Amino acid sequence: MSLLEVKNLTISFGGLRAVDDFQMEIKKGQLYGLIGPNGAGKTTVFNLLTGVYKPDEGIVKLEGRDITGLKTIDINKAGIARTFQNIRLFKELTVLDNVKVGLHNHYHYSTVEGILRLPKYHKVEREMDERALELLKVFELDGEADYLASNLPYGKQRKLEIARALATEPKLLLLDEPAAGMNPNETGELMDTIRFVRDKFDMTILLIEHDMKLVSGICEELTVLNFGRILTQGKTSTVLNDPQVITAYLGE
Amino acid sequence: MSFISYLVNGISLGSVYAIIALGYTMVYGIAKMLNFAHGDVIMVGGFAVFTIVSTLGLPPVLGILIAVIICTALGIVIERVAYKPLRNASSPLAVLITAIGVSYLLQNVALLIFGANTKSFTSVVSISPLKLAGGQLIISGETIVTIIAGVIVMICLTLFVNKSKAGQAMLAVSEDKGAAQLMGINVNGTIALTFAIGSALAAVAGVLLCSAYPSLTPYTGAMPGIKAFVAAVFGGIGSIPGAMIGGILLGIIEILGKAYISSQMADAIVFAVLIIVLLVKPTGILGKNIQEKV
Amino acid sequence: MKKIKMTKTAKNNFITYLIVLVVYIAVQILLATGNISSLMKGLLVPLCIYVMLAVSLNLTVGILGELSLGHAGFMCVGAFASAFFSKCTDGAMPDGLRFFIALLIGAAVAGVFGILIGIPVLRLKGDYLAIVTLAFGEIIKNLVNVLYIGKDKNGFHFSMKDSISLHLGEEGQVIVNGAQGITGTPHDANFTIGIILIFISLIVILNLINSRDGRAIMSIRDNRIAAESIGINITKYKLMAFSISASIAGVAGVLYAHNLSTLTALPKNFGYNMSIMILVFVVLGGIGNIRGSIISAVILTLLPELLRGLSDYRMLIYAIVLIAMMLFNWSPKAIEWKERLREKYFSKHFSKKKEVK
Repeated sequence: MSLLEVKNLTISFGGLRAVDDFQMEIKKGQLYGLIGPNGAGKTTVFNLLTGVYKPDEGIVKLEGRDITGLKTIDINKAGIARTFQNIRLFKELTVLDNVKVGLHNHYHYSTVEGILRLPKYHKVEREMDERALELLKVFELDGEADYLASNLPYGKQRKLEIARALATEPKLLLLDEPAAGMNPNETGELMDTIRFVRDKFDMTILLIEHDMKLVSGICEELTVLNFGRILTQGKTSTVLNDPQVITAYLGE
Repeated sequence: MSFISYLVNGISLGSVYAIIALGYTMVYGIAKMLNFAHGDVIMVGGFAVFTIVSTLGLPPVLGILIAVIICTALGIVIERVAYKPLRNASSPLAVLITAIGVSYLLQNVALLIFGANTKSFTSVVSISPLKLAGGQLIISGETIVTIIAGVIVMICLTLFVNKSKAGQAMLAVSEDKGAAQLMGINVNGTIALTFAIGSALAAVAGVLLCSAYPSLTPYTGAMPGIKAFVAAVFGGIGSIPGAMIGGILLGIIEILGKAYISSQMADAIVFAVLIIVLLVKPTGILGKNIQEKV
Repeated sequence: MKKIKMTKTAKNNFITYLIVLVVYIAVQILLATGNISSLMKGLLVPLCIYVMLAVSLNLTVGILGELSLGHAGFMCVGAFASAFFSKCTDGAMPDGLRFFIALLIGAAVAGVFGILIGIPVLRLKGDYLAIVTLAFGEIIKNLVNVLYIGKDKNGFHFSMKDSISLHLGEEGQVIVNGAQGITGTPHDANFTIGIILIFISLIVILNLINSRDGRAIMSIRDNRIAAESIGINITKYKLMAFSISASIAGVAGVLYAHNLSTLTALPKNFGYNMSIMILVFVVLGGIGNIRGSIISAVILTLLPELLRGLSDYRMLIYAIVLIAMMLFNWSPKAIEWKERLREKYFSKHFSKKKEVK
């Protein structure tokens, strides 16, 4: 059974069909790419998958469970986490705390236990610290755990966003242009990290990206979106050699 | 018959609120700040006319003219000295608190000069009341003048914003400061102009308000200022027609509430209506809905 | 690494507690040696009230990141609910117990109001939220002014018109008398209780901030959309912060009510002017900086009193100081200038790396 199954997903904004009859199937453990020219509706697909927008039509199933139209937080609880095109960190919190917010729904103590500093508070906080540092270590951010998130350099902010998303223990990770604004060196490093995340956490990853080197380097399958519709879908090598795709990217 | 009389009074008070709210909304639209000192500029306008007309015995027209000049200058100075340095502050609260400081400052300067005693303001209106329906419905001269002044101000302002170059620049700056700058618009000048117009309107409102309710203290402007702020939000803050509609509705609601429900509860009713409107339409009657982009 | 950070926050909070304690001891010494003016003596409890108000508003403004201009309304609710209780039960139970229950009632009623107002209102943002909270504060003040409650053999009577329409029996007693408010509330508040309540407020707020719930609240402040995307329940945590903030303001109200013989709801004590004054404390002390709120509440309350010698000019000077401090602390130009100055003279002592909160 596929992990994510999307059928007939459609949404219009003021008469314009931003996403039209979108379908997609992602198997567990896959690294899947969603590409297409600017304004093709890629981020809108992410917003539909994560409940920021409610689709006009269509079904989204995660591990066979219908999650269409759920609220963002319930979709996260169901197992989808994401990063954002324009980085959205908790800027005034430390790097460590950013990840600890991600752990929020997996570690519990009550408000009263927190305020009165009962033993459970100390125990759970310690566990959260350990888990968060473990995650930060994966991204080589453990050295900066005490920095304010806004003080991190750009590339590290992108990594922290991924770490925070992973902290929610998702089944599916959505990355929105993870390499945007990175130089070729950083992009290369990022590719390694994404592969590593997939292998280490046994993660399924869907990413939007413009950097063709990254896409051809790590994605196993692709969906190409153009004007809100699917242009083509399939194995990366096949898709990238499709004359239709080349036309869409380079223009007539 | 009394209903019509209340309604006329409501429209009159509403016209004053609308004039103040126009100033509020223009300043908000362009500087994205709640100018808490706006109400106190009304008070300054009131005292200016009071001094010139009642104390010095000069003609009311001259008094109004000088009051408008004083308030306009005051508005520009306040913007330059207190608000402009904070335009790019890291928190929007900084300029809000400064505006509160300016409000305290104006109140206390007035307190030092004029004292805390209530001054009785001599109306600048000398038109005799209009008697309709065989004397059953009396509309005072102040009411007539206020409504007429309100209509004139609204028409002029609408024409100014939509037809003049400076008005267009104002719209452009309130839409996007950076882009306006790139288009060669003098952003600082436009913002100063907005404050100038807003303050001039406040002076006019001050004269009208004090003529209709002839008691003047250093705190006279505070409540009408807040009410006008409510009116601006009510109509959709940043929207000029919104401020007009909001102001007039608010005036009517206040007067009718006072007459038919409870005079002590009038303010509560006004605020309750505001809350209900915002809960149904979170950006006010004519406010634009802006969705945050993800 | 982790240890260092833990101790840093803990140390910071410890300093805050220590400051309050030191001030308390110092005042006690001054009181014991008689070195304190009667004017200052009268200010001690109000100071505690303002500190609690400032600290609790900072939870809404600084930690939750929402602008509220109705804080005095919650104080008003707490004051009247508790004074009503104390008036009804005066003599029926030991003073200490009665005041303790009064405090709980003030906190609970204000907290409930916080939730009731918060549910509809917290959907709004920024300036819209500000004006609606201001409106609620004014409505509360206005309603209290037309509220009449009396008691006789048959129980309680309510009216929104006047005390005559209560139709009280012969033995009847008007407890809440409209604009005249409540008179004869027992004088239970004192400086020591005020300080204890400050301590409790600080423990609640500081420990909340450094807990799982506090992080969730601050994540909403920093980026609501991201917080939602990682499963934070926005409404729940907004309401939690807002109602805890309201409830501490309610306790401040209890203290206020039990420090005066007559409790009336005036624009001066429960109107938007009061809410704005508390906001001034919060912003000047530093948004999100709890210790700063305490210090600025104390200084700004004492400042007009210290300037009393200048009589008529004192509020004028207050206004000028306020504007000057805002410009000096917040204008990007002034900040830049201070940075340059600091680098020039203290470059050895101050590393450029921002200190982690």
